[in-house]
Amino acid sequence: MVAIETSGGEGLRGGLLTTADGKPLKQALAHAQARARRKALLLVVPLLAFIVITFVVPIGQLLFRSIHNDGFSANMPQISAWFDETKAGDAPDEAAYAALVADIAAAAEARTIGVVGTRVNYELSGTRSLFTSAGRNAEDLEPPYREALLDLNAKWGDPQLWGVMRSVSSAYSANFYLAALDLARDENGDIVRAPEDRRIYGMLFMRTLWLSALITGLCLILAYPVAHLLAVLPLAKSNLLMILVLLPFWTSLLVRTTSWMVMLQEQGVINNTMVALGLVGNESRIQMMYNQAGTIIAMTHILLPFMILPLYSVMRPINPSYVRAARSLGATSWTAFRRVYLPQTLPGIGAGALLVFILSVGYYITPALVGGASGQLISNLIAYHMQDSLNWSLAAALAALLLAGVLILYWLYDRLIGIDNLKLG
Amino acid sequence: MALPIYASPLERVWHWTYKVICTAIFIFLIAPILIVIPLSFNAEPYFTFTEKMLSFDPEGYSLRWYDMLLTFGMQAPDGPRDWSWWRDVLANATWFDVAWNSIIIGFFSTILATGLGTLAALGLSRSEMPWRRSIMAVLISPMIVPIIITATGLFFFYSKIEIQKWGVPYLGIIMAHATLGIPFVIITVTATLSGFDHSLSRAAASLGANPRTTFFKVIMPLILPGVVSGALFAFVTSFDEVVMVLFIAGHDEQTIPRQMWNGIREQISPAILAVATILVVVSIALLATVEILRRRSEKLRGVTAG
Repeated sequence: MVAIETSGGEGLRGGLLTTADGKPLKQALAHAQARARRKALLLVVPLLAFIVITFVVPIGQLLFRSIHNDGFSANMPQISAWFDETKAGDAPDEAAYAALVADIAAAAEARTIGVVGTRVNYELSGTRSLFTSAGRNAEDLEPPYREALLDLNAKWGDPQLWGVMRSVSSAYSANFYLAALDLARDENGDIVRAPEDRRIYGMLFMRTLWLSALITGLCLILAYPVAHLLAVLPLAKSNLLMILVLLPFWTSLLVRTTSWMVMLQEQGVINNTMVALGLVGNESRIQMMYNQAGTIIAMTHILLPFMILPLYSVMRPINPSYVRAARSLGATSWTAFRRVYLPQTLPGIGAGALLVFILSVGYYITPALVGGASGQLISNLIAYHMQDSLNWSLAAALAALLLAGVLILYWLYDRLIGIDNLKLG
Repeated sequence: MALPIYASPLERVWHWTYKVICTAIFIFLIAPILIVIPLSFNAEPYFTFTEKMLSFDPEGYSLRWYDMLLTFGMQAPDGPRDWSWWRDVLANATWFDVAWNSIIIGFFSTILATGLGTLAALGLSRSEMPWRRSIMAVLISPMIVPIIITATGLFFFYSKIEIQKWGVPYLGIIMAHATLGIPFVIITVTATLSGFDHSLSRAAASLGANPRTTFFKVIMPLILPGVVSGALFAFVTSFDEVVMVLFIAGHDEQTIPRQMWNGIREQISPAILAVATILVVVSIALLATVEILRRRSEKLRGVTAG
């Protein structure tokens, strides 16, 4: 609080307004304001610190992981040093082979040869066994090492293998991003497209975008009439109907996915009903699950409340007399809707569509359970590389690309709608 | 929604079509949730209505799947149901074990999220708050960023700091779930505070209350409904979360959704539907609580009650 003294000589020294203790008013106000800012900030700091530790730093770790993998360089120090000293394209000499054999022997001793082989295998498939079998025989190898290794397996002379070893001899590489974009390096280090049968990530990214757009569209089509009905009904009635929207919203995701599995199964409720009604024959039951249809149906249902709620909150305050005015001026009901009502609901459409799209792009659980092979999204592939193939760096690179996409959409959402306008329930 | 008397026949047809469409969409929304309830009482191990169920024959219904929830994982499930049998349930039954884990993780992550989130929301709703928009964007982002990305990042981070060796049970998963719950607390509490009349706290100050008294006697009672519904959101988020648990929880930190996930992927049986039914009942209770709180909050703030 700033006490201002206006009367008497003290307060107006040299034409300046001052406070009771003689400080210039401007300074005192700035001081008080800075203190209020500090106080407000102090309330937020604990949470900000928490989020930094449990969210920002882990995501930083993920980004680091996507460009850093020392599986080869940490376990093969001598050959890595040889690569450092020579330049790309240098043919491996006897010294290189000697360093390689020494490293393989040491790695086999430390039981890390599998890690080394796996790292090289990411870049050039079919090479893991090359390293492990060399590891088993490393003790018996005698100079000259070049001949000894080539006797073991002629692939050791392959320039492509040496090119790959050179590229993985540095712990930092952008190769995982290349792999995530269906690109690869040839033996000269140039970036080329991956062989046709290996281009799966681009296809999956496209599928994720396409399915998310489709689900967003379906949600919009289903949500619009319902939100409109809720908005024009009297509050008592619409609050009652709102329960039908909010109950799915509050029900566990796994429960909803399970119910859809029950409904969509070949021996499930929907198929049984259709057979009983004679719509489809008992032999030709429709396969609605473990394919894209399953993913689309279940995700549309799960994300529908996220579309209805923003639409409802925009539609509720719309004044019905605008449409009535349009009608009285001669517009047909379709024109009145198209020219008068629809434009007023655009902010709700934008908010709902962006929210649903953002949420569906990163969906994991539902596609994993009801999607089968053709209904998998990019998140499922990230989980696959994290849990099954254990290519963590590739998983991190895929996650980083997905994250970049989501953050762009989030930024767009903030610009267009503003995150402060996000409402729940 | 009444049709005006001057409506043309075409409009009348459309009006009724519109009502039918809306009804169909409401059925689409609610049917999958309600359908699991009767199916969980199925006497047969099927996921569809048997003929006996459809003819309301009592033999078609049974509690066997609920019974299975109790006995699954027990040492001696077939013994007489006396005192020691129930002790066995509490000690060994898998679903009891995971339910206990879910409650512990949910409780502590809710406390963490609500405490930190409410404090931050108080700061964020002050007009003097610098960089308000950017800070808000960072605090809300755990809700927007796909959970699989956060889980992957936390997996790397936790294995780097070796959190499992710290000897604090549940620590990693509680922090992870609190992170996911924080955006909900921030959103609900800032929404409550946006309608807050700041002259009330100034009035309290002018009547001689110190900041602490003002907070506990004036601000807190007014924003409490928002805080509680934020806490409920945070609890539900944790209670329903499975990706984080899949990625970072230890094998003795499995939760109900994780166990459901196992059940769905491996040996899907109607026992899953029994769990689902229980969870639906829980969510109905939660929804009712939030609705009551929302109306109370609107009354307190003088907004028209619904």
